Amino acid sequence: MSGLRAEPADLTRLAGHELAGLLASGEVSSVEATQAHLDRIAAVDGELHAFLHVNAGALDAARAIDERRAAGEQLHELAGAPIAIKDVLCTIGMPSTSGSRILEGWVPPYDATVVARVKAAGLVALGKTNMDEFAMGSSTEHSAYGPTRNPWDPERIPGGSGGGSAAAVAAFEAPFALGSDTGGSIRQPAAVTGTVGVKPTYGGVSRYGAIALASSLDQVGPVTRTVLDSALIHDVIGGHDPHDSTSLDREWPSFAAAAREGAASGSLQGVRVGIVKELDAEGTADDVQARFRETVDVLTAAGAEVVEVSCPSFAYSVAAYYLILPAEASSNLARFDSVRFGLRVEGPGQTVEDVMAATREAGFGAEVKRRIILGTYALSAGYYDAYYGSAQKVRTLIQRDFDAAFEQADLLISPAAPTTAFKLGEKLDDPLAMYVNDITTIPANLAGIPGMGLPMGLGDDGMPVGLQLLAPMFEDERLYRAGAAIEALLADRWGGILTTKAPALTEATR
Amino acid sequence: MSEITREEVQHLAGLARIALTDDEVTSLTTELSAIVDAIATVREIAGDDVPATSHPVPLTNVLRADVVGDTLAHEQTFAGAPSHDGERFRVSAILGEEQ
Repeated sequence: MSGLRAEPADLTRLAGHELAGLLASGEVSSVEATQAHLDRIAAVDGELHAFLHVNAGALDAARAIDERRAAGEQLHELAGAPIAIKDVLCTIGMPSTSGSRILEGWVPPYDATVVARVKAAGLVALGKTNMDEFAMGSSTEHSAYGPTRNPWDPERIPGGSGGGSAAAVAAFEAPFALGSDTGGSIRQPAAVTGTVGVKPTYGGVSRYGAIALASSLDQVGPVTRTVLDSALIHDVIGGHDPHDSTSLDREWPSFAAAAREGAASGSLQGVRVGIVKELDAEGTADDVQARFRETVDVLTAAGAEVVEVSCPSFAYSVAAYYLILPAEASSNLARFDSVRFGLRVEGPGQTVEDVMAATREAGFGAEVKRRIILGTYALSAGYYDAYYGSAQKVRTLIQRDFDAAFEQADLLISPAAPTTAFKLGEKLDDPLAMYVNDITTIPANLAGIPGMGLPMGLGDDGMPVGLQLLAPMFEDERLYRAGAAIEALLADRWGGILTTKAPALTEATR
Repeated sequence: MSEITREEVQHLAGLARIALTDDEVTSLTTELSAIVDAIATVREIAGDDVPATSHPVPLTNVLRADVVGDTLAHEQTFAGAPSHDGERFRVSAILGEEQ
């Protein structure tokens, strides 16, 4: 096992920061790095379907970076490295569908702020990654364009909604990717694909140009194979954006510096780590629990002070989430009205209202309709106070639980998902079973706090098991410092990071 | 079991402007009843003394400087529209025969 080191010949096996180092020193050109990843996509994506669109302009963008570097320009440390972009994000020159038929072929007239920022740093967009339609789902099976498969076992789901971004980095199709997390759509796919993903503090990263699902919950974040790589991307995309009225105007520390220090120390001396009793309960599979216990032992051996904390309101978090999310989604998705963009389905003699109803019937998938109708119900007169109003109160109680827990602990930990990846189709006919799967990740979105998903081993089925770290509001830095230390400690035990153990995929002949 | 009826689903679909098929109404009536039963549990702990939270990090009066921002040109705005005349989005009749 070669760990973080890889054969220089295979640029796709390098961690993002290693590839960036070779680019900065001139040992590898951006055209070479980009071509290597395009080749990998061509070889394996026929089976995986992580990408909805591959950027035809990627090599031109790479060439432009190489020319600027050759001309002696000082470039960002990630300049020339490839990145995959979740299809929820608006991109000039590439279709942005949010996994929906209603936006099929739509090319936005502007870039999302996070996309503009990665381009400004010189990263090269490889393409757009698959997702559950409008990010509604935990398996990527609700994509209107067909599911993505898990690189560890193509019969299994890659998580969702950002299964495409997670599968792309897990399958070495990209070193970096962008995701979005409304109820776990970055952290849960990371858990089931053996990768790393971070949901930043709400408002820490701009939502401008992210096609809205639930505006008070959505947050854009990094998806990578290592903690440092996530930190590097977070440093690029984070910070205040006047285009987003919920963007926080504050100074953030360097997350990459925190990750480097955490990895170098390999220590958790004096860190108070809280185990959330309610997230470590029945419903968590035995093998996930076993990996979690072993990880807790590793943390204790590294000097962490482990305590148990209780968050009793978490039992109501899934219920509150599936009121708040559909309520916000039903109003956000009203914009798909067949007038300004996207699909229009019309017949002779129809009024604009008939056209809207026919368009939305044809353009939305079953899960989207289910949640819009549910949200319309939750917001309707007579039910508003009982359902939506009560859910907002639960949100307050969950924030109070976190406040109390963070008085006893610097970080909270739990399994990132209750099971390893389930089989495609296994939960598709039971929406409630799919919803309950989000129990571990949802509380962070309701409270707005940052969270990280990272690998903690393999389950009995040989599939990845993920650990979740949660930090108080604004303390994203703690995730990177501790996450990098935990990653280093586990890599020492395993002889390399987890993705180096993934089974090889069959490469299509070219 | 919650009391969601076919008629209620049809009414909600009308409000949401989605022309559901009969089969969709049937399956949604069953599914929504089960989902509403599960999510109605929020009422158990939402006491009168608990304030509602609409937003994780409350911000107030977020304003920008009163200067021209980066805006889209007409052709960019209309580039993705199903129908337009170069200055306006074109839609079918707003009012039906009976109105």
